[in-house]
Amino acid sequence: MQTLEITKENTSASKEPVTITGSQAVLEAFIAEGVKTVFGYPGGAIMPIYDALYDYTDKLDHILVRHEQGAIHAAQGFARSSGKTGIVFATSGPGATNLVTGLADAMIDSTPLVCITGQVFAHLLGTDAFQETDVINITTPVTKWNYQITDANEIPHVLAKAFYIAKTGRPGPVLIDITKNAQLQKIEYTGYEKCNHIRSYRPKPIVRKEYIEQAAQLINEAQKPFVIFGQGVILGRAEKEFKAFIEKGGFPAAWTILGMSAIDTDHPLAVGMLGMHGNYAPNVLTNECDVLIAVGMRFDDRVTGRLDKYAKQAKIIHLDIDPSEIDKNVKTTVPVWGDCKETLPQLMQLIQPKDHSAWLQEFRALEAKEVEAVIQEELNPISEVMTMGEVIKTLNDLTNGEAIIVTDVGQHQMVACRYAKFNQSKSNITSGGLGTMGFALPAAIGAKYGAPNRTVVAVIGDGGFQMTLQELGTIMQFDVPVKIIILNNQFLGMVRQWQQLFHDKRYSFVNITSPDFVQVAKGYHIDGQSISKREQLKDALQTMLNHAGSYLLEVMVGKENNVFPMVPQGCSVSEIRLK
Amino acid sequence: MKQEFTITVYTENQVGLLNRIAIMFSRRKINIESLNVSPSEAEGIHRFTIVINEFEDVVRKLCRQIEKQVEVLKAYYNTNEEIVWQELALYKVPTDQIAEKVKVERLLRKYGARAVVIRKDYTVFETTGQREETEALINALAPYGLIEFVRSARVAIIKSSNGFHEKLKEFEEREPGEEVIENEFLDKQQEVFSM
Repeated sequence: MQTLEITKENTSASKEPVTITGSQAVLEAFIAEGVKTVFGYPGGAIMPIYDALYDYTDKLDHILVRHEQGAIHAAQGFARSSGKTGIVFATSGPGATNLVTGLADAMIDSTPLVCITGQVFAHLLGTDAFQETDVINITTPVTKWNYQITDANEIPHVLAKAFYIAKTGRPGPVLIDITKNAQLQKIEYTGYEKCNHIRSYRPKPIVRKEYIEQAAQLINEAQKPFVIFGQGVILGRAEKEFKAFIEKGGFPAAWTILGMSAIDTDHPLAVGMLGMHGNYAPNVLTNECDVLIAVGMRFDDRVTGRLDKYAKQAKIIHLDIDPSEIDKNVKTTVPVWGDCKETLPQLMQLIQPKDHSAWLQEFRALEAKEVEAVIQEELNPISEVMTMGEVIKTLNDLTNGEAIIVTDVGQHQMVACRYAKFNQSKSNITSGGLGTMGFALPAAIGAKYGAPNRTVVAVIGDGGFQMTLQELGTIMQFDVPVKIIILNNQFLGMVRQWQQLFHDKRYSFVNITSPDFVQVAKGYHIDGQSISKREQLKDALQTMLNHAGSYLLEVMVGKENNVFPMVPQGCSVSEIRLK
Repeated sequence: MKQEFTITVYTENQVGLLNRIAIMFSRRKINIESLNVSPSEAEGIHRFTIVINEFEDVVRKLCRQIEKQVEVLKAYYNTNEEIVWQELALYKVPTDQIAEKVKVERLLRKYGARAVVIRKDYTVFETTGQREETEALINALAPYGLIEFVRSARVAIIKSSNGFHEKLKEFEEREPGEEVIENEFLDKQQEVFSM
C-alpha cells in the first residue's frame, strides 16, 4: 500500500479523485491538520486504521500505551503542554469505554482532543456483536461533540468538523466512532478541506462594546480591584495581553489551579492560588475587594466555597468565551463575552493606569501571616520527617521554575500547586475539575511529546501512581525521558486528612500499602531510588534531573501531614483555616 | 417558585441530538413533562418543544447549556402567558354506546371534538386544546365506556416570535450580525426575540 503524496494541489477539494480507503482518509485528515503524534491501542474493530498506519509511520508517531485510559491522559498532557489537539486511537467496546474517564476529565478541563474509536460493522450495530458497545450514547455527556461514521465518504468532512470543534471556542474532547466497514470502504478522495464554519455553532460570542465600557467604568472607579484568572488565559493564548492588563491597572491577581503558570508565579502582582487549599490572602480578600474581575475561569465550588457568602460586597466582572458560564454560579454585574485575547486589550485601552500598592500591601500582610503559620514549617521543617513542600521547594531551586510539573490528585497535588514556581505558561498540568487519580503518569508522557525540549516532572502520590503504573511500560518502550517523583506518605492522604478533621479520625480504608516502587521501575528498566532522609533530597533530585532517561524517585514523607490552609466544605472563603 | 416553562429549541436534524438534549434534563433530575420534536418553519431546522416544571433560574441556565451544544442554534424559554399552546387528543369509544345516546353528540360539539373514524365497533374522536379541555372530555366520555385515550405532546407558538427564517440567515453568514449574539434573550431588559 502506498501513502498519498500530499501536495498543495491535492489538498484542495477540486482535484482529480484518488481511490483510497476510509482508514487512509482518517490518516490523511490528521496529516492535513498537522498531527504528528497519536496515542493509542489497537484492537479488532480498529484494525483497518492500524493497517493503514503501518504505511504512515514516517509521518505519524504512534505511541503504544498500556491501557486506553493511559492513551487519553497522554493526549491530554500533550494538548496541555503544546496547546495543540491531542489525538487518541482506541478500539470498540472495552477500548472505547476505557476512554470515558479521560473524556470526562478533558471535558471539565476544556482540553481539545480528537478520539477515534473503532466500531463493529454497521450491519451488526445493535446486535450485541463481539466488542460492540454504544459508545456514542455512553460518551455523549462527556464530549463536546461526537459522531458515528458508517459511510467512509463522510470521513473527510466529519474529521474536519471534529478538529474545528475540538479546538475553537471553549475547547473540549470530540469522539468519532467509525464502523469497521467504513474503515475498509474505498472512496473517491478529492482532498481534505479544513472546516471553518458550522452554522449552528458559535465558537466565540461577539464582543459587546457596551459591556467593555461598563466594565472599564467599574474598574476605573474601584478602590480595591482584584483579578482572578483561570485556564481561559492559557487556552486563549492571551498571557501577554493578560499581563499587560494587570500591569496597567496595578491589579493584584490570583490564579485558579488551571490558570497557574499563565503569569510568572513571582510576578510582583501575583498573589497566589485561589480555592480550598489555595493561599490565605486571595481567599480572604475575595470577600473584601470592591470589584472582582474574573478572567477565563468558571467559579468552581472548590474556588468559591460557600456561594451565598462569596464576594457579596463586590461588583463582579466576568470575562468568558462561554456565555453559559456567565451567571452560572456567581451573579455577574457586567458580563464580558468573548475571547479574552480580544476582550482584554479592548478593556485595557479604557482603563486608567493605577497604582494599588496599599491594597496590594493587604495581600502581602496576610501572606506574611500564612508564611508564619504554614509555609515556613512546610518548606523548612524542623521535624525529622520530610514534608511534601520541601521536596517541591528543592525541585524549584534546581529547575529554576522552568520545568513542566504534572501532578496527580490529592495532597501532593495541592502542595505542588501551592509551592511550585513557574516562569513559563503551560507548565502546570493537573487534573483540575474531575480530580482523576492516575492522571499524572500518562499525562506526563504526553506532556513530554508536546514539549520535547522541556523538562517534565511528574509528581504523584503513592495511591495515584498505583492506578496507572502500567504506563511505565510505555516509558520503557519509547524511552520517554520523564522524571517521576512519588511522594509517599503511605496513606490516601487527602481522604485521610478529611477523616482526621471531619470524621473523628476514623481512618476508613485510607491505609494503602505499596510495592517497592524502585524495584517495579527496575522491572521496566527505569532507574530510580527511594530516599527518606532530608540530607539525600537535593542530591537525589539532582541525580534524577541529570539522568539521561526516565527516572523514578520515591520520597518518603510525613505520614500524617495535612495540607493547610483549607477552606472547609460548606464554609466561606473568608473562613479559611490556617491549621 | 417552580412553575411551568415551555422551552423551544431550534436544532439541526441529526441522529443522537435528542439524547444529547434529553440527558441535560436527566442529569439535573428534572422530569420532562412533555416533549415534541418536529420540523420547524425553516427548512432543515428542527424544533423541540419541551415542558418542565422548574425555577426560572434553573431554566435559564439550562437553556444556556442547551444552546451551547454544537448542533443547537437557539434555545428559548417561556411561561404559559407568553405562548399559545395546544395538545391533540384522541378518544376511542364504543360506537353502539354513542350512537344510541343523543347527549354524546351535544357533548362533542361542546368540546369541539370531531369524529376521525367511525366503525361498527368503535369510533375515534379527536380534539385539540389545553390540558384542562382535553381532560374534561375524558371525564365526559367516561360514562359511555372510553376504550382508549391518547394525548400528544404540547406544541407551542411564542407570541412575540418573528419566526426563525431571519435568524437562520444570520447563522448561515460566517460573520454573524448583532442579532445572533448568544443568549441576548436572557438579558432581563430585553424581550424574547426583541419585538
